[in-house]
Amino acid sequence: MGAEGKSYNTLLEEYVGSAGPVWRCVDHIPTHDHPMALSLDDVSRIAQLARLEATPEEAQRFLAQLQSIFGLIEELQSVDTRGIEPMSHAQNASSRLREDQVTERDQHELFQSIAPQVEAGLYLVPKVIE
Amino acid sequence: MINASLTELSHALARKDVSSLELTQFFLDRALRLNPSLNAFITLDPDASLAQARAADALIAKGQVQPLTGIPVALKDIFCAKAWLTTCGSRILSNFVAPYDAHVVEKLRTAGAVNLGKTNMDEFAMGSSSETSHFGPVKNPWDLGTVPGGSSGGSAAAVAARLTPVALGTDTGGSIRQPAAFCGISGLKPTYGVVSRFGMIAFASSLDQGGPMGKSAADLALLLNAIAGFDTRDSTSLERENEDYTRDLERPIAGTCIGMPKEYFSGGVAADVARAVEAAIAELTRLGCKVVEVSLPRSRLAVPAYYVLAPAEASSNLARFDGVRYGFRAPEYGDLKEMYMKTRTQAFGAEVKRRILIGTYVLSHGYYDAYYLQAQKVRRLIAQDFANAFEQCDVIIGPTSPTTAFKLGANTSDPVQMYLNDIYTIPAPLAGIPGLSIPCGFGAGNLPVGLQIMGNYFQEARLLNVAHQYQRVTDWHTQMPPETGGPT
Repeated sequence: MGAEGKSYNTLLEEYVGSAGPVWRCVDHIPTHDHPMALSLDDVSRIAQLARLEATPEEAQRFLAQLQSIFGLIEELQSVDTRGIEPMSHAQNASSRLREDQVTERDQHELFQSIAPQVEAGLYLVPKVIE
Repeated sequence: MINASLTELSHALARKDVSSLELTQFFLDRALRLNPSLNAFITLDPDASLAQARAADALIAKGQVQPLTGIPVALKDIFCAKAWLTTCGSRILSNFVAPYDAHVVEKLRTAGAVNLGKTNMDEFAMGSSSETSHFGPVKNPWDLGTVPGGSSGGSAAAVAARLTPVALGTDTGGSIRQPAAFCGISGLKPTYGVVSRFGMIAFASSLDQGGPMGKSAADLALLLNAIAGFDTRDSTSLERENEDYTRDLERPIAGTCIGMPKEYFSGGVAADVARAVEAAIAELTRLGCKVVEVSLPRSRLAVPAYYVLAPAEASSNLARFDGVRYGFRAPEYGDLKEMYMKTRTQAFGAEVKRRILIGTYVLSHGYYDAYYLQAQKVRRLIAQDFANAFEQCDVIIGPTSPTTAFKLGANTSDPVQMYLNDIYTIPAPLAGIPGLSIPCGFGAGNLPVGLQIMGNYFQEARLLNVAHQYQRVTDWHTQMPPETGGPT
């Protein structure tokens, strides 16, 4: 907060007006650690979540590369997006609905013919529950 | 035949000057002969292609002719084609024989086109150089020591070396336009939602869009006519009247207002690229176009926003590859989790793993708002920049890529450097607008330079009009790489 309790952005707006730079300093920062401080533990944790293994050397290499990529991404944090709706589809199309009718025919034999392991119409995986 | 347009080939087929079988054999022979040096195709299946050619000849004999009947089309290996190996450039799909056709492949089949083969690409379309493919890098036919661009590098190289008359590619952050620029061909990324994504293996679903690649804008228009259209099986497909994208090709472009975004002509662009692009704009003014300067002030935020959104969507899309229902499974494992981990670790390449890790991180608890939601908001600001610019101009023109094709291996050790190659192509898919690239000259080392033309939503016919009128008075698009050109 700046003088008279005004936020930094408000002050910035008063000084440079709306024709100022497109970036602003933000008042809120992520509640977690600054991502530039991404650690080797973080890399191991997200690799686990993504079901990927990394040797210690690979993890070290990924860490360096991800830090450099997050250095690029960090620029987004300085953009004032208050009041901006997130955009996921250019035409803002809403989901279509359809009649609840069967439209697909049963092709399980065709689809299972390319599976790694199938028995009696079932996909085989290692035992999950003893 | 080697440099003939689709219209010329189509007329020759209709007049029975040539059969589809002969045409297909001609391009297959070239592909089989030149692929060992270019690595543009992952799969060539002459028997399957020739069977389709015979079927097309039967249609022609019966007079059932559509514009693409009997024409060979190469498919980026991201499109499922029934009974064809469909790998997406990845080890994890290295044994995947697609059990169904993508919507666009189905449309091409119905139109009587011939599948000439499946083209090489960056693994899961993640890359700008076609070097991340499990099947080895694609070479640029203009200089075998340089990359063809990516991720649709195989399609671009195949068209450039005249191994196929046309090809399909996909574009998420520039994957049609940048390889088109590097290989000296034409390529169009349509408005998001115009071409169905059904059966097109997903990378970043809110950005992915299939599109045509070919020698000329006129060929792109014909191929787009064949593949565009509503499809209920793609939830973001747009329900619109079908268009004839060739309708405005011959319209004079005098009075068309070209916007030159000042951010695309600042420090970052190489001198040889800037020279060729400025000469092309001068040519367009001779055809009566007006030029105004426009601004896309949020352009520099496009690459950072893209590298949140695309990896986030990719990490979610690629979660389906688990070694259970199709594709590669690790040969040895203990429990189920170990099966997943070994399968994915052994079968994904380094770039795919990096993007899965970024995506998993930005979507993880506590970071979603700061990254994914913030990037989606910045995405809207970028779209607003284009909306503002299109108040002042009809089309936006600039370079497709900051440089011409770079050397193989030049950017593989520094992901960020590789990502910044797409600085001019990433904004269009973020906004969802169409963009195309056409050849506009040669830079240092006799490597092609691409001219990018972007338009407002659904302005494909206008982009093709400007491109075609430019190609009527220039011959960059008819030039062929010296070492692969010339008839067999």
